[in-house]
Amino acid sequence: MNALAPLGRALVTLAALLGAWQTVVWATAAPRYLLPGPLAVAEAMQRQASTLASHGLTTLSEILLGLIGGVLLGGVSALSLARFRTARRWLMPVLVVSQAIPVFALAPLLVLWLGYGMLSKVAMAILIIYFPVTTALFDGLRRTEPGWLDLARTMGATPAATLWVIRLPAAQPAFWSGLRVAAAVAPIGAVIGEWVGSSSGLGYLMLHANARMQIDLLFAAVLVLGLFAVALYAAVDALARRATAWQVETQPSDD
Amino acid sequence: MSQIDLDQTHQDQIERDHTGRFTGVPSVSSSPSSANGPPQARPAAVPPGLAVAIASARLTYGGTCLFSDLSLTLEAGLTTCLLGPSGVGKTTLLRVLAGLAEPEAPTRVETSDGLPLAGRVAYMAQQDLLLPWLSVLDNVLLGDRLRRTRITPEQAARAAALLERVGLAGREADRPATLSGGQRQRVALARTLMEDKPLVLMDEPFSALDALTRLRLQDTAAETLAGRTVLMVTHDPLEALRIGDRLHVMTGRPASVGPALTPPGRAPRRADDANLLALQAELLRRLDA
Repeated sequence: MNALAPLGRALVTLAALLGAWQTVVWATAAPRYLLPGPLAVAEAMQRQASTLASHGLTTLSEILLGLIGGVLLGGVSALSLARFRTARRWLMPVLVVSQAIPVFALAPLLVLWLGYGMLSKVAMAILIIYFPVTTALFDGLRRTEPGWLDLARTMGATPAATLWVIRLPAAQPAFWSGLRVAAAVAPIGAVIGEWVGSSSGLGYLMLHANARMQIDLLFAAVLVLGLFAVALYAAVDALARRATAWQVETQPSDD
Repeated sequence: MSQIDLDQTHQDQIERDHTGRFTGVPSVSSSPSSANGPPQARPAAVPPGLAVAIASARLTYGGTCLFSDLSLTLEAGLTTCLLGPSGVGKTTLLRVLAGLAEPEAPTRVETSDGLPLAGRVAYMAQQDLLLPWLSVLDNVLLGDRLRRTRITPEQAARAAALLERVGLAGREADRPATLSGGQRQRVALARTLMEDKPLVLMDEPFSALDALTRLRLQDTAAETLAGRTVLMVTHDPLEALRIGDRLHVMTGRPASVGPALTPPGRAPRRADDANLLALQAELLRRLDA
């Protein structure tokens, strides 16, 4: 099997999806302002490239800042939970209960508190990313091979050194699974924030285009957002593979 | 036993040095007993060993009394093997000595120099417990990493020399996943030796290996551990006979430890030695009692 095969398969899938889309457009004879075809969207993308780029840049910055903030916050939380029993006993219930509150419901509040700028959207993304990262890393930190911990104890390791040298590296595969999920949901956080109140970003552009019946532009914005999500996932996946190269994969993901 | 030389590891490169020191490497003898212990009438080349005794040991697990008023002495510089059926409490006894299990009153652990045992044991388990993300060399240096000691070039050189001694020269930079089961356990042995502690505790260290690999590792272990105080828990009578100096059988519930059996000659003994086979029959009789 040559190296281009996966790319070839992806292209075939993409072509099939575009074909299906165009077929629906032809079959239903939907007007362009309700369901534009792929060509119309491509044309809109080209025409509005600079608009899409500037709004896309806003959303991408929000997503990336949210991802960085969420991972840092989640990492620190998981490490404290793993390291300090008091933190576990007091914060774990709070963490679980906090997930019962739909983060989207907080979006208007965040905009009210943090303003219409990027900050409220970054906060939104952080809130969405925080939980999967924290729980995944904490789970990984709790499931250290007991034999390694025994060995560390006989070697006179302090709990902090054990955490740093053994438990944290051992938790890496779990952490990266959490981050993969986080990368996939991060764009949602940013866009929801933009829907509630903003003056730029892809979410803003979607609402704007929707209100003016520029459905081709709306589709173009959705496609750009989808592109971000895929690129982000691929980047996280590549980093994860590099960081956990020592881990033997029993089932390759493209098998 | 005929010469087994099928492995790519180089048995014959291992220097036979029964003083317990590592040749060609600056030896860091850190046994506190050399300063505080009673004067030893041993040759200067042999570091004074530590004798350890556990007395009045008692342990209940899940409401069952595993053992009570049990005692075992580990003579200085000798390898003591503890045999017994599964679930008799051998591993628990070893874990008490390793500081991994809390002893119940009135258990006492005594040392020949009167100092506590904590921090003076090296532990080797049935699994190799190598960290898959570290290189072979870094795994051998794990103790220093965990104690936050700066790893000096001398320490790294000592680790490399130990790897050579267990037959793994040139594999320093490899990941554990690229090694065979026997090679991984050799790295674990090097890591145990690197700790350079007065008492070495081994919990069925070779039981997960195939017969041939096990015999080779027993040779290496006997050669590298000679002169140290070792407690090895095993369920393999032949293994105990090949590398043990004092053999005890632990049986019953509550368990007791039988008198020492002393195989003749110096470890590693040949697996096809007729004396050994006779003693093996005796051991099996004791195990079955």
